[in-house]
Amino acid sequence: MNEAMADLKQRSFEIVSKAVVELAEDMGFPALVSPVDATPLFGGDDGIDSLSLVRLVADIERAAERELGKAIVLADERAMSRRNSPFRTVGTLSELLYERAGESHA
Amino acid sequence: MPDVVLITGTRKGIGRYLVDHYLAKGCVVAGCSREPFEGPVPENYFHFIADVSDERAMIAMVRSVQQQFGGLTVLVNNAGIAAMNHLVLTPMTTVQRIFATNVFGTFVALRECAKAMMPARYGRIVNFATVATPLNLEGEACYAASKAAVESLTRVAARELAAFNITVNAVGPTPVMTDLIRTVPKKKMDALIGTQAIRRMGEHRDIANVIDFFVSRDSDFITGQTIYLGGIN
Repeated sequence: MNEAMADLKQRSFEIVSKAVVELAEDMGFPALVSPVDATPLFGGDDGIDSLSLVRLVADIERAAERELGKAIVLADERAMSRRNSPFRTVGTLSELLYERAGESHA
Repeated sequence: MPDVVLITGTRKGIGRYLVDHYLAKGCVVAGCSREPFEGPVPENYFHFIADVSDERAMIAMVRSVQQQFGGLTVLVNNAGIAAMNHLVLTPMTTVQRIFATNVFGTFVALRECAKAMMPARYGRIVNFATVATPLNLEGEACYAASKAAVESLTRVAARELAAFNITVNAVGPTPVMTDLIRTVPKKKMDALIGTQAIRRMGEHRDIANVIDFFVSRDSDFITGQTIYLGGIN
């Protein structure tokens, strides 16, 4: 991985983490206040409800537009048809943002 | 802060009327159509050349509005097309074209604008239905079906977005003299108007009146509704 890609990967994680922390503080999800890659988000027994996921996705897309200058739709057909949901954890969602940010045009 | 209103399909007809209507109320208005805006662009109006069925173009437009004005309060999902023909004589490409604009276009505008409205936890979305759906008008199978889909979308979206204080309603106009119905024979139009409780052609102001009601800040307990004009139900 070159330096630019590594930087984008780190920024993607930071955007997702920041949005998760804001959600956690607003909605009272104590398990999400210190997110790491393995932090569960959506789809298992732990994590957030579907309405919170809706808000989180919208928040992340908006932050990506603002901070990366890229119009990204996270819930696209490819993401939604994956065998393993990209919304499972902070890490998988960060990876999805990194992929989309790497391929999208400003 | 004035309301920021996004109206699709603003080049002519009802959409064009609504641009002036909401500008006169002091709103900032953005709109789109596939072709450039006709005539001089009014002050406080911002036009985008975008096809509502083009997902990428709609995303770019909504985000541009959001960035430029710091948010979005009202979406009027006006863009629509019709084709009147017996279903046996209707090519599949016509069906796809009608659904692309009326259903998919309405959906993507609704989805993107809902995202733009969520941070402020406030929004008003008005979709366009038609009396052709409850009247089951012959010759309008595809158009009526596409607008039936819009009604269903309106009801479900109302529930899904209620938590964000975003209301979603629909107005169902009777025939109004626009390009959509210019080719309909007078005899057929008279018969259609004869089915209404109030037997006259609709006017742009009738539609604006219902939209005004839906987008009013006082209408925060009104969602998931379709109001037909002319006494159709």
